[in-house]
Amino acid sequence: MNFFLTAGCDSFAHAIKKSFLAAVWFAFLTFPILVIKVNTIQNTVVWHWQKIGYMALAIFFGSFVWRWLLARKELKEDATKKESRGEALLTKIQSNNTLKFGALAVLGLIAVLFPQVSSLYQTNIMISCLVYVVLGLGLNIVVGLAGLLDLGYVAFYAIGAYAYALCNMHWGIGFWFMLPVGALFGALLGLLLGFPVLRLRGDYLAIVTLGFGEIIRLVLENWGDVTMGPSGISSIARPDFFGIKFSISGSTTYMYYIMVGLMVFTIFCVNRLQNSRIGRAWLALREDEIACQAMGIDKVKTKLMAFALGATWAGMAGVIFAAKTTFVNPASFTFWESAIILSIVVIGGMGSIRGVIAGAVILILVPEYLRDFAQFRMLLFGAIMVLVMVFRPQGLISAKRKIYEYTASKTASAANE
Amino acid sequence: MEYFLELFLGGLTRGSIYALIALGYTMVYGIIELINFAHGEIYMIGAFTGLIVAGLLTMYGFPGISILAIALICAIIWSAAYGFTIEKVAYKPLRGAPRLSPLISAIGMSIFLQNYVMLAQTSDFLPFPELVPEFEFMKGAGSIMSSSELVIIAMTVLSCIGLTLFIKFTKLGKAMRATAQNRKMAMLVGINVDMVISATFVIGSSLAAVGGVLIASHIGQINYYIGFIAGIKAFTAAVLGGIGSIPGAMLGALVLGLTEAFATGYVSSDYEDVFAFCLLVLILIFRPSGIMGKEKTQKV
Repeated sequence: MNFFLTAGCDSFAHAIKKSFLAAVWFAFLTFPILVIKVNTIQNTVVWHWQKIGYMALAIFFGSFVWRWLLARKELKEDATKKESRGEALLTKIQSNNTLKFGALAVLGLIAVLFPQVSSLYQTNIMISCLVYVVLGLGLNIVVGLAGLLDLGYVAFYAIGAYAYALCNMHWGIGFWFMLPVGALFGALLGLLLGFPVLRLRGDYLAIVTLGFGEIIRLVLENWGDVTMGPSGISSIARPDFFGIKFSISGSTTYMYYIMVGLMVFTIFCVNRLQNSRIGRAWLALREDEIACQAMGIDKVKTKLMAFALGATWAGMAGVIFAAKTTFVNPASFTFWESAIILSIVVIGGMGSIRGVIAGAVILILVPEYLRDFAQFRMLLFGAIMVLVMVFRPQGLISAKRKIYEYTASKTASAANE
Repeated sequence: MEYFLELFLGGLTRGSIYALIALGYTMVYGIIELINFAHGEIYMIGAFTGLIVAGLLTMYGFPGISILAIALICAIIWSAAYGFTIEKVAYKPLRGAPRLSPLISAIGMSIFLQNYVMLAQTSDFLPFPELVPEFEFMKGAGSIMSSSELVIIAMTVLSCIGLTLFIKFTKLGKAMRATAQNRKMAMLVGINVDMVISATFVIGSSLAAVGGVLIASHIGQINYYIGFIAGIKAFTAAVLGGIGSIPGAMLGALVLGLTEAFATGYVSSDYEDVFAFCLLVLILIFRPSGIMGKEKTQKV
């Protein structure tokens, strides 16, 4: 009963009435676009009355949950933050060395054996998931750690992909040479974008980076002489192993191992960066820019580093993307790609490495396996982004902060992590 | 000279449309300091509602000018309802949260609405009937200005004047200005701030709906994606004029519309959107507070 009575409803009937009104309101709201399909050329109308019924039902029951969650959030805000059960388990595993290395060994074994036991199709999906993990970790540096909302992240990804595609097409330069060069291109572009936007804050920064991403895409689309325009560049070379070329299935497996390696490297680097001087400066910048400057942190350097380092991984991921699909065109680098990567970071948990990995696995793998569901993918992304922001702003797995606790009985401080 | 005049009038039309959408951005930003990312989608929903209503009415043989009027009214009603609901669902629970949170929520809302329309309707371009009838007298004056362009410009001018008068002289308008200046103080003197914010969303969304129907009828086709580019450009216009300032939004929209028209006319039409984005980046870098905006001192 308590469930219905929370959130400003004084009786069961009141709660029912509120939900009923919400259902009616949403039925009205969605009426024209959901129900009526008009063809102005053939002059035909199709009515889908049943859709509005489902909608009203869903809203009627959903609004109970919505109000209950809102009330719970309000109650929770005062109470001290508690870890969820999953997070507590993760902490337990991390704090115990045997468990930690055991879990890592099992994960490593699964990762190594995966392409041997699964089909080519599965391996391919896993590769794209890993690409998104790397992209997410890269964007996590900019958004999660430094708190700079970058909506044009896909521009760096595009630069890496096009750099490899063009160099391969014109001069036949190989994958292994271009991987670091792509990273360098990404970093340079990051610096280039970082310089002018240093002065901007929050939402303005978001819009400028969005504009920048669109400029890059439009240039790729319209500069036909160089980029081959909308039709893109095809038959890009797959990576070789010291000159040895693979068959398609062999190269997919090979690609998979490259990706696993790159992911481990990325996690290592981001983990080290987080605890470094610059990583601390990013966190400070995220929390309060002015106070951060007052503490003597060089804002220019810190922001530029965040942009450049974030972009480095996007450049590498771009090279890998081009080598994996052997085809690039501007349609792969729209704003939606940026939005997907951003939702991985946001939904997983901004600033948390484990969160970003979980986010990529959920957002990339789950829709792949629910094929019939695939058309609802972006719809769900959008809805989940709103829901996460409203009910769980720290994401699925929140970033841990080091907390030092002082108690009266113990003079020594207990480090928590 | 005729080419110049044609470009000028085209720019004026574009600018008017941007102004209608930009007013919504500027009003919302002025009051809750949030870039309502889903505002472009409201414009798109207005256009779709207009198309559905116009399609139905044409089928039942309504006379031309009444179709325009009813389509406009319906688009306004539904867009306003969407604006109102979006604020309640995605922004209101986030009052007091860090600034990035409502922005991400707005982006999520924008993605959601686009895909909702795409799934409920179609992802193809839909033809939009011409709702503004050709006036007789315009035929004699040559093809420089079409009657739909004239209607767009007139509608924008009327809306702007109406809005300015509304904000200057009505009680709700005064409450809006008070809330924009200091929300806490406004609450203390008995202004229902929640109501003022809702009203802002409703008014902004209505203006966007007018823009949606008129521009769709002018161009002749719509798609679930049109809100994105229109929204970005209108935002550019709002920033150009100084976000938060209503005359600024109108001025910025005109400058942007004319710049785009002349740049595509005299330079290259391939890079149409690039000009707008470059203008946006340049403005934000060199004059982040816009033409008519005020510099704000930051508080810690």
